[in-house]
Amino acid sequence: MKKIQIFGLVIIAVAIGIIISTAGDASTYVDFSKAQEMASSGDDESIHVVGKLKKNTAGQILEMEYQPEVDPNYFTFTLIDNNNVSQKVVYKSTKPQDFDKSEQVVVVGKMQNGTFAAEKILMKCPSKYENGKLETTEATASKS
Amino acid sequence: MIHTTIGSAGHLLVIIAFVTALVATFAYFKAGMTNAAIDEQLTWKRFARATYFLHVVAVLGVVFSLYWIIGNHYFEYHYAWKNSSLSLPAGYTISSFWQDQEGSFLLWIFWNVVLGSILIFSNRSWEAPVMTVFALVQAFLTSMILGVVIPGLDVKIGSTPFLLLKEVMPDIPVFKMDPNFIAKDGNGLNPLLQNYWMVIHPPTLFLGFASTLIPFSFAIAGLWTKKIQEWIRPALPWALFSALVLGVGILMGAYWAYETLNFGSYWNWDPVENSSIVPWLVLVAAIHTMIIGRKNATALKTSFILTIATFILVLYSTFMTRSGVLGNASVHSFTDLGLSGQLLVYLLSFTIVSIGLLIYRWKSLPSDDEEVSTYSQEFWIFIGATLLCLSGFQILATTSIPVYNKIAEAFGTVLNMALPADQVGHYNKFQLWFFSLIIILTGVGQFFWWKRVGKGKLQGLYNPLLIALLISAAVITFQGVKDIQYIVLLTAAIFAIVANGTILLNIIRGNYSLSGGAITHIGIALMLIGILFSSAYTKVVSINNSGLMISRSEEFTNNDNKENKENITLWLNKPEKMGEYMLTWRDVRVEPRHIPGYIPKSWVDIVENDYHAVALRDIVVNDKKYNSKGDTLEIFPENFYYEIEYREPSGRVFNLFPRVQINPKMGGIVSSPDINRKLDKDLYTYVSMVTNPTAEPVWSQTENFTVNMADTFFVNDYVAILDNVVRTDSVEGVTLGAGDAAVKAMIRVLDNDHEFVITPSFVIRDRMVARKPEVNNDLGLRVQFQEINPQTGQFTFAVNTTQRDFIVMKATEKPLINILWLGTFVMVIGLVMATIRRFRDFIKMRDRENAAANKNKDKMKPQVA
Repeated sequence: MKKIQIFGLVIIAVAIGIIISTAGDASTYVDFSKAQEMASSGDDESIHVVGKLKKNTAGQILEMEYQPEVDPNYFTFTLIDNNNVSQKVVYKSTKPQDFDKSEQVVVVGKMQNGTFAAEKILMKCPSKYENGKLETTEATASKS
Repeated sequence: MIHTTIGSAGHLLVIIAFVTALVATFAYFKAGMTNAAIDEQLTWKRFARATYFLHVVAVLGVVFSLYWIIGNHYFEYHYAWKNSSLSLPAGYTISSFWQDQEGSFLLWIFWNVVLGSILIFSNRSWEAPVMTVFALVQAFLTSMILGVVIPGLDVKIGSTPFLLLKEVMPDIPVFKMDPNFIAKDGNGLNPLLQNYWMVIHPPTLFLGFASTLIPFSFAIAGLWTKKIQEWIRPALPWALFSALVLGVGILMGAYWAYETLNFGSYWNWDPVENSSIVPWLVLVAAIHTMIIGRKNATALKTSFILTIATFILVLYSTFMTRSGVLGNASVHSFTDLGLSGQLLVYLLSFTIVSIGLLIYRWKSLPSDDEEVSTYSQEFWIFIGATLLCLSGFQILATTSIPVYNKIAEAFGTVLNMALPADQVGHYNKFQLWFFSLIIILTGVGQFFWWKRVGKGKLQGLYNPLLIALLISAAVITFQGVKDIQYIVLLTAAIFAIVANGTILLNIIRGNYSLSGGAITHIGIALMLIGILFSSAYTKVVSINNSGLMISRSEEFTNNDNKENKENITLWLNKPEKMGEYMLTWRDVRVEPRHIPGYIPKSWVDIVENDYHAVALRDIVVNDKKYNSKGDTLEIFPENFYYEIEYREPSGRVFNLFPRVQINPKMGGIVSSPDINRKLDKDLYTYVSMVTNPTAEPVWSQTENFTVNMADTFFVNDYVAILDNVVRTDSVEGVTLGAGDAAVKAMIRVLDNDHEFVITPSFVIRDRMVARKPEVNNDLGLRVQFQEINPQTGQFTFAVNTTQRDFIVMKATEKPLINILWLGTFVMVIGLVMATIRRFRDFIKMRDRENAAANKNKDKMKPQVA
């Protein structure tokens, strides 16, 4: 075999490795029921859940708690997924800055002891700059 | 009055630009056809050039029109209304220009026009085929801002920036009342973008994107006119130029993110960032194969593939960031303007045509007779280029996940794939190893390139290897690098510096202009070291050790104490220990426009919905008086700076001013860090939450305390003592007449480590009682002297309490980040040198060819005569 062919094969092998690993590391969009199912079956992969905040008729957010004077690294709220399942979410970091005006929230994390432990929160906010179009912001609780 | 003329002129000029681009494409295509007669070719070329210059003039006219609209605050235009405002400082109105998609397309079109004109003047022999590609790209780009609806089909082509507000939003009620309504002020520019980096970053980045078109055009021209090898010489300097500008553009964006956004990092693996770095990596690979492409046929073929790939990747990245396909995957992609289809056509046209042409010509490309030797320079450069491409491929494979979802959707299945939850970990897992190998190859490759080593004589590499290992061992021990992958990357980078440095010392004596490559490699190696330390060894300083103790103490300490507690709460004027520092939040400051630094917020009263403030006292900064009490001064109304005092163990004190922008229009707060820069590390601080400085405090219900002198009472959980009540001659804000009297109480309030004295006054003036309360923000208290009872000798005070002001902040240390910026400068110097060298080569060759051509002409003339 010529060197160039061996070389080509090695590249193809690496490329396949990359694709497999990407597929393996990729997260998925699920709902809370599925998230619970995964957690009970011992699958501790982090997943994405899309949902809306629980609000009353006046548009105020319900069941949201952030008390920085007690603990600035503990933020909790209730998220209702697309199947109308509501779930308490705990985010161990500061409350994201655009949270109150967000329309749609994506939480990334996993179920733990009946609550959803979020590692990252993505928000879609109606931005005045976009004239009512949606804008995405992101918050991460990762240890940097 | 609505200024319709300028908008109509702009729109018309866009249409002219589009049409001239199409005509120029056709004319240049005709001029490039080699089978036509020379005369005919020349006629077409002259016509094409004239059309192209018309196009240039039209584009400049469009740019001028849009800038005129923004600069003159014509808020009847949607673009000006949406992206600028009266209060916007003049420098930033330039940024408003490219704040939106249409303007950024226009910026791109503008750079293409500039680059195309340079090419026409500098390179006559390649003009026809190269400019065909150029003009076609311009036709596609101008179509994006065309804003023309095809009658009958109801298809809109492009989105024009010259729409009036009432054309964009005809339904809002104000236009029903007054069709000629003009907004008084615009929406303003996103305050995050009001930054000098945002004035120079986008033009640089777009010049980088635009310039990738040049090597691509030469490659296509080379295939088309069968100048299979000759295209490399004129294309190579431009490829280097492109890598330089695109690289600088990306790094400017990274630096802006580090300085302005609160992500705490210069690189976040965001899809938009990724889609700009991938073309750069492939472009760098292309440069390397182009350098050896004239000697090696495999490298020549690869050069074609990579040069074409670079440009297609730029188009792909444009498609991803502008079509809305990224959706909620990215923080800073544009929203969909309905151009997805058009962008896809643009992407697919160039992909199909260029790949088709390459396949069509593939057979006529030369191939190597002999197998390349493992000991040749070509072999090592080739491996390096391959690794660069693999690195780019890995980034692209993951970044494209939202695209896979869309493709699956198009085929009727639901994929539901999401980006990896731990993106940083995912990318680093590959990139760290790729870059360790790439950086080693820069050293090895240079040794082979300059023939310092070869078959049977590898000894040349032993010394650099030995020195590198020694230095690495020292750095690893000294800096305490423990993880194996970081040890590998560090050693690899140090080896690259030593090896390239050795080569540099060797060649710089002969001809310094050839040393661009070695210098660039050293720059990249330095950058890798800077990235390694500043991101892998970031230390969170603001570890919260008090918070959860109160509420969830068990949870706080479990999991090996590793719960996320990286933010701390600071109360006004209450020192808190953080790491080795003693921290105190001192004040909120505002930013005046014409006074250096920031002034305390309490000095001025900010006029609502305006950019002015009234001075409440004389404004003296650095012993210079700028304003007197009562003056009106200009400020940046959105910016508040939180003065945080850091006291080091040595007693040295410094202040940081992280910024919080409160913008009612954006409906929230946006925070930016402040950085204390030291030679060996940055201390990075940002505030993530504040009590709103513009809101009036909400006071609790009044509680009355009736006490005797020297009594102790409890207010808001503090111990308070009425020390004394004294007669006073002056009360601020009250003029006391002859028969008036005033007393003030001295109430001492004890905090943990601090004593405050609150002095409310009780005034009898013109036989009327006036009470002047005193507010203490540190304690969140308002005390009013309510009553004096002469019979009992008791005093009554009305007390209200409020939430005390606090902030939540985070501080991290970034060690050795300056090596990253140093490496950036070194890389830029190296790339500039390499670019200049290749331009000189090209000019020398061009002049020689021209001279030869002229000689031929001279010879021919007598024969004709």
